[in-house]
Amino acid sequence: MNILKFITAGSVDDGKSTLIGRLLFDSNAVSHDVLETLERQSRNKADGELDLSLLTDGLRAEREQGITIDVAYKYFTTARRKFIIADAPGHVQYTRNMVTGASNADLAIILVDARQGVVEQTHRHSLVASLMGIPRIVLAVNKLDLVEYSEERFYKIAAAYKELAEKLNLRNITFIPISALAGDNVVQPSAHMPWYLGPTLLEHLETVEIEPDAEHDAPRFQVQYVIRPKSNEWHDYRGYAGSLRSGVFRRGDRVVVLPAGIETEIVAIEVNQVQVEEAFAPQPLVLHLAHDIDVSRGDTIARADAQPAVAQDLEAMLCWMSERPLRPGDRLLLRQNSATVKAIVKSIEYRVDVHSFDQLADDKLQLNDIGLVRLRTAQPLVFDAYRQNRHSGGFILVHENTYDTVAAGMLETARTAELQFG
Amino acid sequence: MSTHFDYLDHLEAQAIHILREVAGQFERPALLFSGGKDSITLVHLALKAFRPGKLPFPLVHIDTGHNFPEVIQFRDELAARFGEQLIVRKVEDTIRRQGLKDGFGKYPSRNALQTYTLLEVIEEFEFDACIGGARRDEEKARAKERIFSLRDEFGQWDPKRQRPELWDIYNGSIRKGENVRVFPISNWTELDVWSYIQQENIALPEIYFSHRRNCVVTPAGQLLAITEHIRLDPEDEIAVRDVRFRTVGDATCTAAVESPATTVEDIIQEILIAKISERGATRLDDRLSEAAMEDRKKNGYF
Repeated sequence: MNILKFITAGSVDDGKSTLIGRLLFDSNAVSHDVLETLERQSRNKADGELDLSLLTDGLRAEREQGITIDVAYKYFTTARRKFIIADAPGHVQYTRNMVTGASNADLAIILVDARQGVVEQTHRHSLVASLMGIPRIVLAVNKLDLVEYSEERFYKIAAAYKELAEKLNLRNITFIPISALAGDNVVQPSAHMPWYLGPTLLEHLETVEIEPDAEHDAPRFQVQYVIRPKSNEWHDYRGYAGSLRSGVFRRGDRVVVLPAGIETEIVAIEVNQVQVEEAFAPQPLVLHLAHDIDVSRGDTIARADAQPAVAQDLEAMLCWMSERPLRPGDRLLLRQNSATVKAIVKSIEYRVDVHSFDQLADDKLQLNDIGLVRLRTAQPLVFDAYRQNRHSGGFILVHENTYDTVAAGMLETARTAELQFG
Repeated sequence: MSTHFDYLDHLEAQAIHILREVAGQFERPALLFSGGKDSITLVHLALKAFRPGKLPFPLVHIDTGHNFPEVIQFRDELAARFGEQLIVRKVEDTIRRQGLKDGFGKYPSRNALQTYTLLEVIEEFEFDACIGGARRDEEKARAKERIFSLRDEFGQWDPKRQRPELWDIYNGSIRKGENVRVFPISNWTELDVWSYIQQENIALPEIYFSHRRNCVVTPAGQLLAITEHIRLDPEDEIAVRDVRFRTVGDATCTAAVESPATTVEDIIQEILIAKISERGATRLDDRLSEAAMEDRKKNGYF
C-alpha cells in the first residue's frame, strides 16, 4: 500500500473543510467519540445541522471567526491507499500556508463554487500549484446542488479553467462535479447527475497514479550528520549519514563531493546498519567513501557523470511570506535542506500578477507576492533547477535576526526562467 | 525496488531524516522519553539514525510520581540495554521547590504540573531542542502543529506565529532562550505505530497487553487502575477486569480499556475495528473543554 499526499485549496466558503469532513465521514475515518463532540458542537450552531467542517477547524480562533487559519493535517486509509491531507486555508492573507502544504503534495484539489466559477483565488491557487510543481490537479466544482446539478454550468466552468491551466502549463487535470454538503460524487456516486460518468472524488484519489518517486532522476545525496563513534570497536568508522534525495546509488559508483569538487568512490552503503549493493530515494543511509577527505554537513554527493549545478549567482522564483517586504540589498540566510549559506538580494526581476500572470516590474515583494529574484550567496550552492528536481531545487529564506522563515524559493537556470510563462 | 517501499518505510525514512536534522542543527538536543509506545518507537528510530555511534542526545523522563511501576522498570532496562544516558527529573521535586499546589481530589492529576518540570529541565541542561512522540492524528490542535515547533522562553506555542514548513527543510534556527519541540512521528497514526512495532518487533512495557487488574469504574464508564495515587470512596464501583492500556501516562488520568489482546497482532485487530479514538477513550483531561489541548500547548505542554 502506498501513500497519496494531497492538498485542498479554495476560497473562503468554497466548502473545503466540509469536503474534507465529508471524505473522512463517508470513508468511516471519524470515530464515535469525535462524532459525539461534533454533534454537541453542531447543536450550538444556529441551524443545528451536523457541521462536517468542525472536523478540521481545530483552533479556537477559527471556530470564533468561522475560517481556517493554518494548515491542518488529516489522515485516512481505505482498502486501496493511505492518505495524508494538508488542508490549506482559502483566506487571502494565508496563501503562504498553501505553499507550505503544496510543497509536499502529489496532488491538489482546487475547489470552486459552482455559483461563482473561476475566481481570483482560483488563479492564485493554480499559480501556486504550477510553481510548486504539483504533478496532478483535481478541479472539484462544488455546490452543484445549488445550481440544480446543471451539466451546462459544470462544463462552462471546466472550459474556463482549461484556459487558465493552459497559461500555467498545468497538466493532468481531472474535473469532478460534487456537492460536499449533500455528499454527491465525493465518496458515493451522485443520484442527481446522471450526465456525469466519471469517478467519484474518492475513487479518483484511490486510483490516480502517483508520479514515480525521484528514483529515476540523477542521484543526489546531502550529508546531514557525520557518524564517528570513536569507540574501540569502531575505531576508524567514519560514515556520512543522510537521505538519498533522488535517484539510485550503487556500491562502487564514482562520485564527486560538492561544492569542493573532489572525486572519490562509494566503498560501502549502509541501510539500517546492513551493507547493501544499492540504495534508492528516499532511503536514509550511511555512505563510506574511498578517500579520507573533508566532508561535512550540507555537502552534496553526486555521481561524477551526472553532476548538479554549482553557483553563487542564482535565479529563483520566490513566494514571499513576511509582513515586511523584500527589497534589493536585503541580506538573508538561505537554507537548502541541510546546507545554510548567507545570501543577498541583487535584484527583483519581476513580480507575477496573480490574476493575469503578467510579469510586472516592481522594486519589492510583499506578503504573498510571487516573483523572480536574483540572489548572490556567500558560498557556492549545489542545486538542480526545481523543475527538474523538486528535491534539490527548493530552498527557504530565513530572516537573519528573528530566524523566521520568510520565503519559499524555487531555483531556476537562466533558460527555464525565460520559458516559464511563455 | 521502490515498489517494495511500503508506506511504513516512507514514514520511517521521514522520521530518521528529521532526527538527523536535529543532530545536525542543535547544540544540546534531548529526547523526551515517557516509557510509552510512541517514545519507545522514537528511541528505536534514533538507534537506526545514529548507530553504530551513540545517540547525540540523552533520554529525558519527566517522572510524575504517578507512573505505573512496570513502565519505570522498562525505562531503566531500556536505557541500560542500549547504553544510553537517561536523565530523570521528578514533578514532586518541582512542586516542593517552586511551592506549587499538587493535584488534589479523587483522581489527583499531575499532568499539568509536568510542564513546570519540563521547563526546569530545559533550563538546567540548556536544551535547545526536545524531541517528542506527539502525533497529528491525536487531536485537532496537534494536527496544525509543525514538525519543528518553536517555543519561546516560557515554552509557549503560538499557533499564529508558526514558521511555514516546506518540503523536508526544517528551520531550527532560534534565538537564545527559545527552544524547539520536534515531532518526528507527526504523520503517523496510532495504527501506523502499532504496525511498525509489529514489523520491527519492538519490545513494550507489559501494561500495553491484556492483564487482570482491579479497577474503579468511573461514572462515565471508564476504567481506572486502583493505585496508591487515587482516593477510593465507599460508593465506588470496583471491578476486576481484563484490561490493557492504550497510553501509559499519569496513572491517575489514564484509563484502561477492557481487552483480551495479549499480542501486538491482537491489538492491531482491535484497533482496526475500534471506533473510539485513542485520546477520547483514555484521557480524562481532554474532556474538560473543547480547547483543552490548545490551551495546555500554549502554556508550554509537550
